[in-house]
Amino acid sequence: MSFELETATVASENLRRVAIDPVSRVEGHGKVTILLDEHNRVHQVRLHIVEFRGFERFIQGRPYWEVPVMVQRLCGICPVSHHLAASKALDLIVGATKVTPTADKMRRLMHYGQILQSHALHFFHLSSPDLLFGFDSEVGRRNIVGVAEKYPEIAKKGILLRKYGQEVIRLTAGKRVHGTGAVPGGVNRSLTADERKDLLKDVYQMIAWSREAVQIIKELHQQNPALYDHFGTFRSNFMGMVAPDGSLDLYHGVLRARDADGRILFDQVDYQTYDRLITEEVKPWSYMKFPYFTSMGPENGWYKVGPLARVQNCDSIPTPFAEHERRELVAYAGGKPLHATLAYHWTRMIEMLFAAETIKELLQDDDLSGTELMTSGERRREGVGVIEAPRGTLFHHYQVGDDDLVTMANLIVSTTNNNQAMNTAVREVAKKYLDGREITEGLLNHIEVAIRAYDPCLSCATHALGKMPLEVALVDAEGTELDRKYKQ
Amino acid sequence: MNDSFLLDGEEIPFTPGQTVMQAAASAGKYIPHLCWHPDFAAHGSCKLCTVKIGGRFATACTVRASAGQEVENRTEELDAKRRTLLQLLFVEGNHFCPSCEKSGDCALQATAYEMGMLTPHFDHFYPDRPVDASHPDVLLEFNRCIMCELCVRASREVDGKDVFALAGRGTKSHLIVNSETGRLADTDFASTDRAAEVCPVGVILKKRVGFAVPIGARTYDLNPISAVGTKREPQAAPLANDAHEKEAG
Repeated sequence: MSFELETATVASENLRRVAIDPVSRVEGHGKVTILLDEHNRVHQVRLHIVEFRGFERFIQGRPYWEVPVMVQRLCGICPVSHHLAASKALDLIVGATKVTPTADKMRRLMHYGQILQSHALHFFHLSSPDLLFGFDSEVGRRNIVGVAEKYPEIAKKGILLRKYGQEVIRLTAGKRVHGTGAVPGGVNRSLTADERKDLLKDVYQMIAWSREAVQIIKELHQQNPALYDHFGTFRSNFMGMVAPDGSLDLYHGVLRARDADGRILFDQVDYQTYDRLITEEVKPWSYMKFPYFTSMGPENGWYKVGPLARVQNCDSIPTPFAEHERRELVAYAGGKPLHATLAYHWTRMIEMLFAAETIKELLQDDDLSGTELMTSGERRREGVGVIEAPRGTLFHHYQVGDDDLVTMANLIVSTTNNNQAMNTAVREVAKKYLDGREITEGLLNHIEVAIRAYDPCLSCATHALGKMPLEVALVDAEGTELDRKYKQ
Repeated sequence: MNDSFLLDGEEIPFTPGQTVMQAAASAGKYIPHLCWHPDFAAHGSCKLCTVKIGGRFATACTVRASAGQEVENRTEELDAKRRTLLQLLFVEGNHFCPSCEKSGDCALQATAYEMGMLTPHFDHFYPDRPVDASHPDVLLEFNRCIMCELCVRASREVDGKDVFALAGRGTKSHLIVNSETGRLADTDFASTDRAAEVCPVGVILKKRVGFAVPIGARTYDLNPISAVGTKREPQAAPLANDAHEKEAG
């Protein structure tokens, strides 16, 4: 099936498909193509992403214990997510249906350190230039350096928040990036009392700065609701993981989905059965699949994941400051789900606050210094691990043979779950801002702003100080390329 | 009183019959090496231990020490040649340190760090050597073999089993398992064999150990190989996660 503006209805001989060679890894390369008729009306808009599919193939034939370390190389920004999702799936292979309290809490600490650093990186380094200066602002200043010049305190706090999250990861995984802390069946380390004390010393400052960050984005919404509530806004379903009691839990829980009006579509679903819940559609023009709820079909069953979905999907947040902010968001939305693309930033900052508060609570728990690191049980051949990664729900599914080698791997990464949503957001922006106009840098950035709100993995390039390579081609109905902008 | 020779200007005592390598190791001095092991006869194949004695190149593991020798070891000239040898080893196999469980415990990796090797320099061969996971307790990852033959020697000389051998010639040389099927499961190899402990890289791996040792506690995490020398610990024991191991065994 095809959505509005996904595929042009004009005779194909009058349109030219612009093809750009894919790159091998998603970090850093997104492509938007736009097809126009002779009146410069938009006929087709597509966001193309090259995803990490190769991993599913070359994991096959590797020993299972290697997988949590290998798959985290999918990404340099949130490798902990893949590390933990794989470990959770492989826990089941070694029969560890419930890991020890020390292992569980060490992994949780690692994960919330990851959430903190990734969300801080995205908001302060990548998105704050758009939000603080404006989408059309001077391009030379629209970056973290510009933010550091004009708002030095904000930039400094963003950098130190991220640094703290990275330190949490270093102490739990052994390295700031690509560590080895989680292993099938548990963890390979716990924290000393001194390590916990050192982290606790600064966590109160992190909570305070996270609260300030929520205020910044909340005020931006309130100051300009016409923009923030309507930019790239569209209705869709939501999906995410919640704790069995319905509260927000980004490490472990059950799957829940709501429709665009907030009604529960399904709840308390064991993620081991995800393959009965979700179908992945393949489209010839993108390397990334389009997942949808099987029962609803591709037209109506697509959904959003990530902070906007999670904060509105849960019934409550189990930490006090973040719960207070969640309630404010719900009140702002008037009890209905907020579908604004830019509200991703608001909810992302609420989650960052939740992560900081959760880190504090975990650090006060003596289980973190326990010595029971590993457990095991009856060997199995199959396991699914799911985690709420910074960008959304992340599925890892493995089958392992009796010889310990992986025979099957299936990954649905967070960005894949948001594929249709991102495409829809880009089309909404294109309809409103591009139709019949000449492409300018500011216009191009409007598209980037919509994509960036999702913090997709393709923005790994954006993580290099706002330099997300993006190509926009303007093609008329005769197939003539009118304009092309490439931002390296 | 022992005789002595000079190693990079430092006096090293030796007993008659010792090689330059043995005498240096006894004195706690590091001469880079991969195929040499104190418990086995010298092999002289990896050439990492090449030194200059009286201005001539020689492998320290095969040359007998003699009184008054002047041996150059850690000179830039020699280390540069060692870097080249290491680069050749890296490109001949598939050494993906980021996902290798021997990272931090690997002599090849540690020696490359010691020699300051920054890039592989040469084109990779990217060999396709399927792993052998047939044995219940030990995995063979042939893609990482550097053909030091330590496992060949250990199996033959200590275990009395002759499980391993090198086959092929030149760039086609590769490690094989001595059974009709070529599978490890069809030999009498056991995880308690000396050959199971001696691999300096990540070829012979005890199953289900993986990343049990945290970063910071691995052999070369705190000290370089020049300080650790031959005092390497055997491969770490599995964490307390052996129920399925027993089942698999």
